[in-house]
Amino acid sequence: MEKEKSILSDESNIRPPATQVGVLGWTKKNLFDGPWNTALTLLILFFLWKVIPPLINWFFIESRWASTSAECYAADGACWSIITYNIRFIIFGLFPPHLQWRPLTAMLLLAGMLFYSRDRRHWGKGLGYAWAVALFVMGLLMKGGLFGLAPVESTQWSGLPLTLMLSVFGMVAAYPLGVMLALGRRSRMPAIKSLSVVYIEMIRGVPLISLLFMSSVMFPLFLPEGITINKILRAQVAIILFTAAYIAEVVRGGLQAISRGQYEAAESLGLNYYQQMRLIILPQALKIVIPPTVGILISAFKDTSLVVIIALYDLLKTTQSVLSNPKWMGFSAEAYIFIALIYFICCYAMASYSRRLERELGANT
Amino acid sequence: MNSPDLTRSAVPFWNDPDKRAVVYQILALGMVGLLGYYLFSNTLANLERQSIATGFGFMDKEAAFEIGESPIPYSAAHTYARALLVGVLNTLKVSFIGIIFTVLLGTFVGIARLSGNWLLAKLSGIYIEVLQDIPVLLQLFFWYTIFYEILPSPRQAVSPFAGVFLSNRGLVFAVPHYHPVYALMGIAFLAAWAGVFLLRKWARRRQERTGRLFPVIRVSLLMVLGLPIGVWIVGGAPLSMSVPALTGFNFKGGMNISPEFAALLLGLVLYTSAFVAEIVRAGIQSVSHGQTEAAMAIGLRPGQILNLVILPQALRVIIPPLTSQMLNLTKNSSLAVAIGYPDFVSVANTTINQTGQAIEGVALIMIVYLCFSLLTSLFMNWYNKKMALVER
Repeated sequence: MEKEKSILSDESNIRPPATQVGVLGWTKKNLFDGPWNTALTLLILFFLWKVIPPLINWFFIESRWASTSAECYAADGACWSIITYNIRFIIFGLFPPHLQWRPLTAMLLLAGMLFYSRDRRHWGKGLGYAWAVALFVMGLLMKGGLFGLAPVESTQWSGLPLTLMLSVFGMVAAYPLGVMLALGRRSRMPAIKSLSVVYIEMIRGVPLISLLFMSSVMFPLFLPEGITINKILRAQVAIILFTAAYIAEVVRGGLQAISRGQYEAAESLGLNYYQQMRLIILPQALKIVIPPTVGILISAFKDTSLVVIIALYDLLKTTQSVLSNPKWMGFSAEAYIFIALIYFICCYAMASYSRRLERELGANT
Repeated sequence: MNSPDLTRSAVPFWNDPDKRAVVYQILALGMVGLLGYYLFSNTLANLERQSIATGFGFMDKEAAFEIGESPIPYSAAHTYARALLVGVLNTLKVSFIGIIFTVLLGTFVGIARLSGNWLLAKLSGIYIEVLQDIPVLLQLFFWYTIFYEILPSPRQAVSPFAGVFLSNRGLVFAVPHYHPVYALMGIAFLAAWAGVFLLRKWARRRQERTGRLFPVIRVSLLMVLGLPIGVWIVGGAPLSMSVPALTGFNFKGGMNISPEFAALLLGLVLYTSAFVAEIVRAGIQSVSHGQTEAAMAIGLRPGQILNLVILPQALRVIIPPLTSQMLNLTKNSSLAVAIGYPDFVSVANTTINQTGQAIEGVALIMIVYLCFSLLTSLFMNWYNKKMALVER
């Protein structure tokens, strides 16, 4: 008895071998587990050793952060000066320089609203009204003309505010349209069903660029003489029509996941179609499809970059016009990396939020 | 007690769901019809006022623009119809090659994401996350820039291997001179694949009958590689190569891959393969671990476990989203217009600019892509039917 106790209390006897736990154990298990894995790890390490130091050198050590373009041409590393020197043009584009606080405020407001809406406990009617007010204020800040704000022509809307505007307003308008299309596709009325199906399948079958071409070259022909709609609004309509078809398919998935019993129970309570949808079906269906909807939002945000092809001054186009300046020619890689970073941060934030939401919703049900 | 007729006559028509549905549908169709008529009449008036021609008559006219690269002979003297055909072929070319590379790379990264090697798994994770979250158009511009700005001019071309030159005019490499034996080799290659198909069927039947295994993969590899090489040797092993040489400002001879094509292909493959990798990972994870353990317990070898147990189940999950990614790649190849690769949208855009016939041009773009989508979904339906779970 005594002896047994002494063995147990002697910790060196009950501890696992040093190669099984701690840093060493982790390394062995995850990196050097057998000859094949060891070879693979060494190969990757060799590759990283070849790639990372020169990249760091180019990125940070040899790079110029705030210099003239002449100094940049002399240096070996990256020329971040192209960003620091032109940052206002890249972000705000053609917006009148002395009024650029307005899009900045609008973007901060958007960021603040998004940050506040992040928490599911804040979701409710009040938040909806707050969003409506916020969107109106954002539009007002961009356009001006009210409350003593100087009006700004829509041709001067550009850069990051334009990109955000196209995606936020695109999503806000496309969502109800998409829900309606999804309900239409599930409808028992053949005419409405086939109209919805034709619309959804046609839009999903063609690339967004063809819709944008349509908005830029074909749409002016559709309107009676004398009426013109500005280019940004036309592109916005194309993005809305495009996104709505994708949202419709996502929402349809949610509607199909609701069991028949829910429909039948709603009907037996004597609710009419609108009450059934508004009170019983849609709240459940839309909740299921929140994660894929965020996925659509992400791709809509990325797709707004396509407006550069119809010559709208979004973030990508302002960057390109900086690059076409002879003074800054040849630093495209730096400029593209910078805006790729902006896109990446936005999309990554949305994607990780969507994953978190998926976990939370999954835990609830 | 109440006959249906009685109840029907008792409710007014606006409370009868069936009749109401008819009214709604007539209203919806009427509204769509009115909108269509409004747009149509406006368009007609505008076309007349701006004296723009209508119809597809322009297709037979001379195109009068050059196209950078074309798989079929084409010059500015050819018709618009032929120019558009070149565009379709270029789109198909980049999509086809892109899909092959995307599936290979995506599968590799997806499997690497699940690797036991921490470093490899993390690197694949970073690859997927970064490439998914950057717009594909931006990636195309980035790669095009790399090809165009950073690579040297043909005079200082980088030559990583003998006969391969990398410059801002593209990638040039040596190809064999044409010889009739190569056509025979192509036939032998196809014949070998047909043979492999029959061999697989026969081996499967024999295994079901007798339980004996046949080394299908090794024999297939031997056939697919061996048959063309055999034909090549019998045909006298022609070896004369067309080696690119610098004449003036550019290379002559060999095969040239333009920077536009290379940038488009690279951008599309890297972007789409990140999505494919996620699909492959999800597919493999969807097969429960119990399946692997059960397969081990009945004594299958690792290769057999993958082939006979994991893959058939994983593919059922993988294939539908994979086809939609392939379609996405095809649709995204329309971004070629931004970097100057003459794909269909790019050629159609030039046509619109030259003829002013925007409606016909946009309609053509939509019809061609709708055809691609339709063909893909037909294939999907066929495949789903074939692979659907056959339940007892």
